[in-house]
Amino acid sequence: MSDTHAQTVAYVRDTMLAESAPPLAEKGAVKWFRENLFSSPVNVLLTIVSLFVLFLVLRLVLPWLTNAVWDANSLSECREILAAKGLGSHDGACLAVIKDRWHQLMFGFYPSHLYWRPVLAFVLFLVAIMPVLFSWVPRQALYLTAAAPFLGYWLVWGGSIWGIVFVALAIVIGYAVFRALEGVNGILATVGAILVPIIYLLYAAGPLAGQVNDILPIGIEAVKSNQLGGFTLAIIIGLAGIVLSLPLGILLALGRQSDLFIIKTFSVIFIEVIRGVPLIVWLFTASLLLNYFLPPGTNFDLVLRVIIMVTLFSAAYIAEVVRGGLAALPTGQYEAADALGLDYPKSMRLIVLPQALKISIPGIVNTFIGLFKDTTLVVFIGLSDPIGFTNLIRANTDWNGIYWELFGFVGLVFFILCFSMGRYSLWLERQLQREHR
Amino acid sequence: MKHSVLLGAITVAGFTAGAAAADTLGDVQERGTLNCGVTTGLVGFAAPDANGEWEGFDVGVCRAVAAAVLGDASAVNFVTTTGQTRFTALASGEIDMLARNTTWTFSRDTDLAFEFVGINYYDGQGFMIPRELGVSSAKDLDGATVCIQTGTTTELNLADFFRTNNISYEPVPIETNAEAQQQYLAGACDVYTTDASGLAATRASFESPDEHMLLPEIISKEPLGPLVRHGDHEWGDIVRWTLNALIAAEELGVSSANIADLGAAAGENPEVNRLLGTEGELGSYMGLDADWAARAIAAGGNYGELFEKNIGENTPIGLARGLNAQWTDGGLLYSPPFR
Repeated sequence: MSDTHAQTVAYVRDTMLAESAPPLAEKGAVKWFRENLFSSPVNVLLTIVSLFVLFLVLRLVLPWLTNAVWDANSLSECREILAAKGLGSHDGACLAVIKDRWHQLMFGFYPSHLYWRPVLAFVLFLVAIMPVLFSWVPRQALYLTAAAPFLGYWLVWGGSIWGIVFVALAIVIGYAVFRALEGVNGILATVGAILVPIIYLLYAAGPLAGQVNDILPIGIEAVKSNQLGGFTLAIIIGLAGIVLSLPLGILLALGRQSDLFIIKTFSVIFIEVIRGVPLIVWLFTASLLLNYFLPPGTNFDLVLRVIIMVTLFSAAYIAEVVRGGLAALPTGQYEAADALGLDYPKSMRLIVLPQALKISIPGIVNTFIGLFKDTTLVVFIGLSDPIGFTNLIRANTDWNGIYWELFGFVGLVFFILCFSMGRYSLWLERQLQREHR
Repeated sequence: MKHSVLLGAITVAGFTAGAAAADTLGDVQERGTLNCGVTTGLVGFAAPDANGEWEGFDVGVCRAVAAAVLGDASAVNFVTTTGQTRFTALASGEIDMLARNTTWTFSRDTDLAFEFVGINYYDGQGFMIPRELGVSSAKDLDGATVCIQTGTTTELNLADFFRTNNISYEPVPIETNAEAQQQYLAGACDVYTTDASGLAATRASFESPDEHMLLPEIISKEPLGPLVRHGDHEWGDIVRWTLNALIAAEELGVSSANIADLGAAAGENPEVNRLLGTEGELGSYMGLDADWAARAIAAGGNYGELFEKNIGENTPIGLARGLNAQWTDGGLLYSPPFR
């Protein structure tokens, strides 16, 4: 190109200039700082104030962490070690309490030789949830997902394996009844698939499990509910609530949109009543009122009661979040499903829910994070969750008077868990993005 | 699934309701463990150690009862209860007894239908002040700011005390003991008031406890004791006399150190013999064997030993016996005779 006009016009440049580096102010870190931190006088001021506040905080926290004492058996010993270094008792953290009570904060009163069981159950849960979370995992792994809740329950609580086998059998029975009656009548099949397993669970499962266990006792050491504690308890309640409340919430959301009067009324009343009362009230209901209603001598597991209440509570919220997703879907999508001749379950499963749930992801994960943090409320009904354990640890004369270290640690672990959930939801949203690209 | 568990539990409950009569002793023996309600952590009274073993003054009572009934001081299932859940846990049968520094009051005994079987610690509301305040009596506290837990009887007691003495104070309302500790140390209040045992424990956790002191005035009666449900007198008797056995053992000089010798054969003191079952058959009147009391005492020592080990003057809490001394030493502990 430069040759074409080389001799025609004198003032036209005939060679390209060599590329030169961008000006110093327009590249690299300098550019980033200029654009993000010092773009305007207000921005400059804000940056300086923020840096100053950050400096004030770090000046207090960093020495406190770097001077931390890791090896001590009591708070007074911590103080002695700090004093020997010429430091005051507030100049260094006494993280020895975390080291000393690590197992209790993590596992509560779980028998120490069985710590592997909740850990294994947790790993099992992570593996089992993979096919749900990531689409590249083979679909066959979903069978493991279906078995995981039962195996997890068995690993944590122990006891005879036949109990969970016969409870799991209820699902198979329900499915069999549904398939058998499907040809006769759709509604009859649904009702049968719900009622028959319930009757089976009430009257047959217990005695059957007992008899089979007499013939062929297979089982592991049983662990009582009040031996659960610390983060094990928080994670069990949180995960069980999350796993159970999502399907229940979706059903409630669909029920609320249903044209069937009874189903619709039930869903609305359920959602509004559960959502209209604080969780702590439901927890007190679970722990106190149920005790009055149930006959004396009944031993209905407290952790189970709490899980049920937490599940119902978060299901009501999930239902409203999903309803938002359903409402956001254009009517054309519903009509398209009808036009294709799909029946209700298929149109929901194939057309409506995939889109509605995608819209609802941020709200659903938001509810899950809230639910997980709300598990700390169980401390008020006497369960030893991590917050409860900070109390129990402080009640020991060795650690009486220690606050920041314990609460800081509990907060940090909660942050890590909730932050990962939030990151996953962002990733999932990007994965499912289908428009605007 | 969720509903079915609930329904299942109700159904099972329906089947067993008829059988669940008031036979706590039989239930405990069949179960092999004692369900004992304790606090969610109170220094010196109930707390788990690093291995998860519960220890403390209230825990000692639970263990003594378990030893007497089941012959094994470790056969206790400790159920943590809060101030709100403790009474329903007991009323519903979730726990067999409650040893949770609970004040014996009229309404709890009658209206809530519980049976306080005795008193294992005579507590009372006291005051803690920084030594530099230079005050030696609560009556000199005119115009002081007082940290006080809201919604408790301590709040009412405090108002009564200042009004009867015609002096003024300024309350600083706080929610929990932990908050009180921080406020008091930060100088937000001159005085912190709560039960004297709690004050001693709080003071023990300070960096320099010597800079703080408890005032001599005790302005309320807080008799703390174990309790059981109304309606099962046999079980109530067992818990009551186990506590009495611990108290009587101290009075009679029976301790965990010499119990093996004294319990082996009848000695010179007939009451010791009756207590330890080497003479007579007191245990059989309660449905227990003869050496029930010997096991209870051997579990954690007599009352005095439990006191010294958990909250006494050699522990960081450093409580003096005071009202909790034997009647022979000027205290209020007075076990009825074993006869």
